[in-house]
Amino acid sequence: MTSTNNRALPADITLTEADLSRDAAALEETWRDTPGLWGWLSAIDHKSIAKRYIITAFAMFVAGGIEAAFMRMQLARPENALIGPDKYDQLFTVHGTTMMFLFAVPIMTAMGLYFVPLMVGARTVAFPRLNAFGYWTYVVGVLFLYVSFFVNTGPDTGWFAYVPLSGPNYSPGHRVDVWAQVVTFTEIAALCAAVNVIVTAFKMRAPGMSVNRIPLFVWAQLVVAFMIVFAMPAVATGSTLMLATDRAVNMHWFNPAEGGDALLWQHMFWFFGHPEVYIIFLPALGMVTPIIETFCRRPVFGYTAIVMANITTAFFAFGLWVHHMFATPIPELGQSLFTAASMVISIPTGVQIFCWIATMFIGRPRLTLPMLFILGFIFTFVNGGITGVMLASVAFDKEAHDTFFVVAHLHYVLIGGGVMPLFAAFYYWFPKITGRMLGETLGKWHFWLFLIGMQVTFFPMHILGLEGMPRRVYTYLEPTGWGTLNLVATIGAVTIATSVLIFIINAVRSWRGGAEATDNPWNSSGLEWLPSSPPPSYNFLHSPVVSSRHPLWDTTVDMPVLTGLRTDRREVLITTVFDAQPDSRHTSPWSTIWPLYVALCMGLVFIGSVFSPYFVLGGLGASAIGLIGWAWVSARDFHRDLVALPDGSVVERT
Amino acid sequence: MHSFFNPTSPQARAVAGLWWWMFGVGAVIWIGVTILALWAANSGRGHRESDGLTHVDPGTRHRVERIVAGGVFLTVLILAGFLIYDFSVGRLLAEHPPRALTIQVTGHQWWWEVLYEDPDPSQRLTDANEIHVPVGQMVQFKLRSVDVIHSFWAPNLNGKRDLIPGYESTLWFRADTPGVYRGQCAEFCGLQHAKMSFYVVADPPVKFATWRATSSLPATPPTTDTLRYGQTVFMSSGCAVCHNIAGTGARGTVGPDLTHFKSRESLAAGTLANTRLNLTRWIQNPSAVKPGVRMPALPFKPAELNALVSYLETLK
Repeated sequence: MTSTNNRALPADITLTEADLSRDAAALEETWRDTPGLWGWLSAIDHKSIAKRYIITAFAMFVAGGIEAAFMRMQLARPENALIGPDKYDQLFTVHGTTMMFLFAVPIMTAMGLYFVPLMVGARTVAFPRLNAFGYWTYVVGVLFLYVSFFVNTGPDTGWFAYVPLSGPNYSPGHRVDVWAQVVTFTEIAALCAAVNVIVTAFKMRAPGMSVNRIPLFVWAQLVVAFMIVFAMPAVATGSTLMLATDRAVNMHWFNPAEGGDALLWQHMFWFFGHPEVYIIFLPALGMVTPIIETFCRRPVFGYTAIVMANITTAFFAFGLWVHHMFATPIPELGQSLFTAASMVISIPTGVQIFCWIATMFIGRPRLTLPMLFILGFIFTFVNGGITGVMLASVAFDKEAHDTFFVVAHLHYVLIGGGVMPLFAAFYYWFPKITGRMLGETLGKWHFWLFLIGMQVTFFPMHILGLEGMPRRVYTYLEPTGWGTLNLVATIGAVTIATSVLIFIINAVRSWRGGAEATDNPWNSSGLEWLPSSPPPSYNFLHSPVVSSRHPLWDTTVDMPVLTGLRTDRREVLITTVFDAQPDSRHTSPWSTIWPLYVALCMGLVFIGSVFSPYFVLGGLGASAIGLIGWAWVSARDFHRDLVALPDGSVVERT
Repeated sequence: MHSFFNPTSPQARAVAGLWWWMFGVGAVIWIGVTILALWAANSGRGHRESDGLTHVDPGTRHRVERIVAGGVFLTVLILAGFLIYDFSVGRLLAEHPPRALTIQVTGHQWWWEVLYEDPDPSQRLTDANEIHVPVGQMVQFKLRSVDVIHSFWAPNLNGKRDLIPGYESTLWFRADTPGVYRGQCAEFCGLQHAKMSFYVVADPPVKFATWRATSSLPATPPTTDTLRYGQTVFMSSGCAVCHNIAGTGARGTVGPDLTHFKSRESLAAGTLANTRLNLTRWIQNPSAVKPGVRMPALPFKPAELNALVSYLETLK
């Protein structure tokens, strides 16, 4: 890696139109991924990778939804014989694992990988090859889970895989091994995304974007990236190291008969599992702010309060995992600490919601589709937040824990607080990603059916839980009287499925032939709206220079830019952490196939470890070759000899 | 008979009281915030054509700041109220007399073993899937598991407690109204988690004492030839390996104790009503009722099955 120290830059340079178009052509030649299948596989453009990530993760949302639909069909009436317990256990485990590990976390980090560089005015992410590696690792995990599921080896002990049920004695076979390794893949993918977001947000911001001007979406992504760094190792140790070795080589970490401890797993899992909820939810909140700002025509009320709320939430998120374990024999004094922490964490979220309502109040809201989804989010999420406060009470939680009340609560939180802002974000940023507007008419149908379906499905579950219906049951007896409300919930699920189908039709039709979008169709304030829609491979022709939190609103004349980055290399500007002053130039690597190759080798390691330790050795050996290739630096990797042709285009000299 | 909404013990009543408070306050907040958001979203609709930015005069800004701060303050106040209320309910749940009737409940995949403790070992009584308690007395439950994690939960009487291998947990409650209350395992424990329920039978103290005295007796010996044949089938065809019938040679501890099997309301852990027809169905093919169940289907001839069922029906 080469980097040049910052020297005194020439002051104002006047660029002619010819200079600009020559620069643009040269940058395009330098930054674009090579065409063709090989080029597609070796792509490292953060936008291509993020787009694939978003589409794959959304496909996982659909897959998880189909599994949920099967479960709702089975539960529609008492003692239904549609699906037996063996298949049902796999369905709810794969549903939970898919939604948490393969949909929610990846899609939130993918949105970050697409927009963080654009929002901070950077050409790409800090580690583009690592980014591609993370995506391919995730894809291997997705394929592993679903191939296993289709050959009847889907994990069947819940997305939380409590020992001893998931241990070697009670879950022989490979079903739980599949779960433990799928988790590993997503951990690696999430960690790759997290370090990318952290370094991009810290070191690659446009000149002038000091910490107090970082867009709130980027703040949320940054906070979540740190949460990933602290949370993932806990579950990595728990599942990949301890559970897998318990199962493979009888380590007895969790076996009480040999001095192990069954509760230890729960601590390790929930120390990750609770922050996980906020890892999904905080980026979604980060999406809400720019949407509200844009459609209320004013900067958000309480920028600093929202940043502080994000950081506080992240901090407290690591101090509430025991509220998943209130029914276990844990000392009561200790439990009350976690009750207090679980209640306190609702305060920073409350602060954010108050700030948004205040912004709407002092602004001039336009009820566009993204805004409708934001209102749906507030309506749905506040309910989930309130039931969350109820569940923080140890006394009440002991009644409601592991019942449908909790199922209702978590879906209100995750659909209300995660999926609704995500849909708002899809409608809002679709024009930037695809260059076309996402249809309004079908969008309205999507919104209303989704909102109503969501309430009809999950509201009755509160009552079912308090009437005694436990979670994860494949059926229930008729005298329990749970039949009617379950039927209502199933009807709601059909409504949700319809609305998501409408969304998919709408998205596909709009992408193919929707109205063309301008660079900044909503007249928003963020830097991501500066380049064309969709943005070119190099994002920004010149690095923008920022002097406020809302650069596109506060710049009345042309935006000042910083020139001087080479166009024949993938050169990016590195700025200082706090003040974002130009610091150095860094050459970003060339597109390459090696990340895909190493991801496949790591796939061999983890999937093979289920069957034989020799796969681990072979896979590690093979990936060592890949890592050498990955790190091999040749002059051509960084530098292309470009020549300008008389017609103004730029090609590589051959 | 199986609902948090009909508490029949002081413990469950206290929790229900807490719940109704939280529900009331929560409902007001939910509706309030929704109305506030809709109102704010509609506040500026007159200017929808204008695309310019909104500028706010300092007076309005100051007012909004105070409203937001007030909202946050109110949130803190409500949470503090909930917290104190929760802690006081927690104290009440933790209160118990130093000594009381103690019942050990052991979780098995997928049934409940019940043992009434007594200082005199001969007075210890073992039962399954049905727990008798005297009305008006605090009862202590010692909960443990022999295989995976289960959770003991009778919503009308108290919250749940997990049964974790390697740990012993305790739960107390006092049933105030005679009746039969359903409970169900609440921690996912494998294939038949859905059909692992039990009944708590709350009897007036005198009735409870009578029940306990009768239930402590060994099983009545068979009186007719058919019944004797039934017992022989039980002893010789594998049933006795897993099941115990006090007063006979059957000493198995893998499955539920059958000494007073017919006195129970249900069979297969609360799955079927305890009728002759259901019992026949169950023995013929347990997996048809509870797929994955540990009890095997033994190849009985019709006459054997008939005699066996007749014998089991006498175990009152």
